[in-house]
Amino acid sequence: MANVLVNAPKTAKRGSIVEIKALILHPMETGFRPGPNGRIIPRNIIERFTATWNGTEIFDMEMSPAIAANPFVSFFAVASESGTVGLRWTGDEGFVVEERVSIAVE
Amino acid sequence: MDRRRFLAGTAAIVVLPFDSAQATPEAMAAAIRKVVGSSPVREGRVSLDLPPLVENGSTVPLVVSVESPMTEADYIKAIHVFNEKNPQPGVFTARLGPRNGRAVVGTRIKLGDSQKIVAIAETSGGQFWSASADVIVTLAACLEEST
Repeated sequence: MANVLVNAPKTAKRGSIVEIKALILHPMETGFRPGPNGRIIPRNIIERFTATWNGTEIFDMEMSPAIAANPFVSFFAVASESGTVGLRWTGDEGFVVEERVSIAVE
Repeated sequence: MDRRRFLAGTAAIVVLPFDSAQATPEAMAAAIRKVVGSSPVREGRVSLDLPPLVENGSTVPLVVSVESPMTEADYIKAIHVFNEKNPQPGVFTARLGPRNGRAVVGTRIKLGDSQKIVAIAETSGGQFWSASADVIVTLAACLEEST
């Protein structure tokens, strides 16, 4: 998915704490703004961001319209074993985007 | 009333029609109560980093870090962020656990006005810790019409 940018280390020492940063292209339309015709533009936001490590959920964030457009999230994770970090964004109008990155733990 | 204050007042009146759903300090307090229930909220352990003066409220970097060993026995299970003057009092709720290693969450938020931001951390033992920060915004988010 070209609309997602994920920054995570490719390798990590076992037990070390790594930072994972994720950015996704999305307008985060608040539902409070009038459009050019004077009517309120309907809300269209990402409501939830979740991260898994080898399928186990490690981080979850409920978003509101107060999250800036093109939501950026950074969080930390303990590099327990080699595997896949799965990131998932879901929101209004059936928005679902998933992205995966691999981290080799040695 | 000096000229600056008069202009600020006029601006407030102009934007009022769009502000009907605006959160207030009371709405923020109510939203916080909904999360913490009757538990006491103590100041400390939480640090809330965001710039004190923001030129553009549409994207404001924010980092919440909480002191915690993040072990199975003692970890931060949630971080909640609230504001008092955006249309809604809630900004985000992040759920964490011992697998995070560090109780730190960063994101970028929108601010519709100069206001106070409050971060509340919930420990695995059910305690609540908080920090707050005042931000001055020169150009607010949301008020401009979309193009």
